[in-house]
Amino acid sequence: MSEHLSGWGRTTTSIAQVQRPSDETAVEELLAQEPNIIARGLGRSYGDAAQVSGGVVLDNRGFDTIGPIGADGIVTLGGGVSIDQLLAVSVPLGWFVPVTPGTRQVSIGGAVAADVHGKNHHLDGSIGAHVLAMRLVTPTGIHSLSPTNDGELFWATLGAMGLTGFVTSVTLQLLRIETDQVLVDTDRFGDLDAVMAAMIERDEEFRYSVAWVDCMTRGSHMGRAILTRGVHATRADVNDATLRPPRSSKLAVPFVAPSGLLNSLSVKAFNEAWFRTSPRHQEREAHSLSSFFHPLDGLREWNRLYGKRGFVQYQFCVPHDAAETITNAIEYLSTSRVPSFLAVLKRFGPASPGPLSFPQPGWTLALDLPVGPSILPEVLDALDEMVLSAHGRVYFAKDARLGPDKVNAMYPRTKEFLDLKQRIDPDHRLTSDLARRLQLSGK
Amino acid sequence: MDNAFGQPQTVIVLGGSSDIARELTKKLCAARAHTVVLAGRNQSLLDEAASEAKDYGATTTDTVLFDAQDPSNAARVVTEAFEKVGEHVDLVVIAVGLLGDQFEQEDDAEAAARVATINFTWPVAALAELRRRLVAQGSGRILVMSSVASIRIRRNAYLYGGAKAGLDRLCDGLADSLSGTGVTLQLVRPGVVRTKMTAGLPDIPFTTNADDLARTIVKGLASGDRVIWSPPILRYAFAVLRHLPKPVWRKVVDR
Ligand SMILES: Cc1cc2nc3c(=O)[nH]c(=O)nc-3n(C[C@H](O)[C@H](O)[C@H](O)COP(=O)(O)OP(=O)(O)OC[C@H]3O[C@@H](n4cnc5c(N)ncnc54)[C@H](O)[C@@H]3O)c2cc1C
Repeated sequence: MSEHLSGWGRTTTSIAQVQRPSDETAVEELLAQEPNIIARGLGRSYGDAAQVSGGVVLDNRGFDTIGPIGADGIVTLGGGVSIDQLLAVSVPLGWFVPVTPGTRQVSIGGAVAADVHGKNHHLDGSIGAHVLAMRLVTPTGIHSLSPTNDGELFWATLGAMGLTGFVTSVTLQLLRIETDQVLVDTDRFGDLDAVMAAMIERDEEFRYSVAWVDCMTRGSHMGRAILTRGVHATRADVNDATLRPPRSSKLAVPFVAPSGLLNSLSVKAFNEAWFRTSPRHQEREAHSLSSFFHPLDGLREWNRLYGKRGFVQYQFCVPHDAAETITNAIEYLSTSRVPSFLAVLKRFGPASPGPLSFPQPGWTLALDLPVGPSILPEVLDALDEMVLSAHGRVYFAKDARLGPDKVNAMYPRTKEFLDLKQRIDPDHRLTSDLARRLQLSGK
Repeated sequence: MDNAFGQPQTVIVLGGSSDIARELTKKLCAARAHTVVLAGRNQSLLDEAASEAKDYGATTTDTVLFDAQDPSNAARVVTEAFEKVGEHVDLVVIAVGLLGDQFEQEDDAEAAARVATINFTWPVAALAELRRRLVAQGSGRILVMSSVASIRIRRNAYLYGGAKAGLDRLCDGLADSLSGTGVTLQLVRPGVVRTKMTAGLPDIPFTTNADDLARTIVKGLASGDRVIWSPPILRYAFAVLRHLPKPVWRKVVDR
């Protein structure tokens, strides 16, 4: 069926034929036939990664089986199983996902394709570090992959944004939990230097750590921030320990808001309220899994609040020795006055071996920016330059506006990736609107 | 592919050596356009425009030579331009046009027909082939240069204005027909722009230059407005002007 598709940011829409195969042979046939084809999960990437204008989009939800969870916490999942569906089964058995993005509504195929990171990246790395094996269908055949079985293709797939093929199943090592609670420390900081120093000092003591930074306040409170850090509560930590899975939200944004609703004033007011209501310092407060990991899932389709024109997310990372780029970026954003919600600041741990995997040791900052201000394109182009000169990069899963000329410098192993792609996809069938925009299809 | 800000990367300009087209091409290349194919009737001007596009950041440029007096070549010209881009085409600009001197044209059947062919028939033929190709792509944009001269037609440029009026109204319907295809069409209605084509004409109010116009168009591409007026205030000026009683209208334009 022909469908209009766009990413979570609701910016670039294009039309493609959507197919939902449910066995590997069907996928294999489509990949061998179609000149322009890409996988799609739950459409939570922000830009144009999971769509291909005029081509065929393979909806991964036909691969929806969840295998038995072994005593060792190893489970094999269909590529279209969502983290939400997995947690519904695994949490009651005392297992959590090793890595979760800020929403449960992503498929495991999409999570692998983006090599997603969570609040525990500084200790546990990205999801690739917990994938034991996967099955991948390419235009030249079906592959059983693991770090030791065609490790090159295995790692290349982590971060490839679907451009190595269609992941039909993933074998994942889950994380043991005793309760469905997280013990959270919260601290409020008046400026950016203070929060970054605190993160460097004690992040290692917490499995999870993330800071929310205000990018709109200028002057001495520039970069004021709230740091939240947590650990899974043990049975001994809480009174009545339970293992209930996160519940899905009943609240949704019913219609697309007018563009411009989220402007500098309303965003400033929101940021202000957020800071006022946060505690200055609080220790070991019990939170549910969903309120700690997926606060945004409380309001379905919240992306509609950004109106018809949609919004972009700018997420970049820079190495530890370029931490001042974070300060410079926030300073630049606050002086350029483009409205931006609380930005997310985090420290990254070790990189994954994937040539297109995003995280590298250092710092990452993610900003949500409504499309509209006419200076925004130039502001972000200038940020690209700052990031590049610090040997950093932007995250493809969030990107909707980078130019192809920046890709090789941000991802220096792009050529290696394209050589491998040539081997498994000699006719360059695997492509997406993102791949066309960033010249990653190898054509 | 267009990015989230409506900045195209691959562009075809039909009528690519006009002053306005060149100014627009420069601005698109300064943003994201890396592949540009320029079609027009003067090879040396096209080459100049192509090398200018490179100066502004294009990495791949090519040209197609054609004469808009012959609508039978339109499909071939569009096909050749698509082949020269060689990938998804993000934006096609139709900037083909001929103003000429009304007093030399109005009593000359051949000259009058030429104005109609270049400003109307050739673009219409090209649009048919463009429509087919872009709809198959599932996305892409068309930008058609119309003129405020098409909104209320002046007696000393009725051939040009009338042909542009035909194109302008036709494109309005064509844009509707594209709804749901992923392809969009935007019309540009500039006032008088100081260029080679209008050299010698007196500056009437709201006269702009090619640089301002191109800037306004780039903004319009970002916002997706169905009609881009330049200067933008003409949208409101013409809301009034188009309803002026005839004698008053003549006074306004024939000063
Ligand atoms: C609110 C929110 C918070 C987020 N927080 C984070 C975060 O903290 N950390 C983080 O890393 N990311 C985060 N993201 C981004 C998100 O995790 C990724 O974009 C993820 O890829 C989305 O998965 P999806 O199933 O929606 O995939 P889609 O968006 O549908 O697709 C994403 C990519 O995966 C590919 N793909 C999908 N299925 C398959 C398959 N079976 N085989 C091969 N390729 C496939 C697609 O081709 C596409 O390139 C967040 C997104 C949102 C909306």
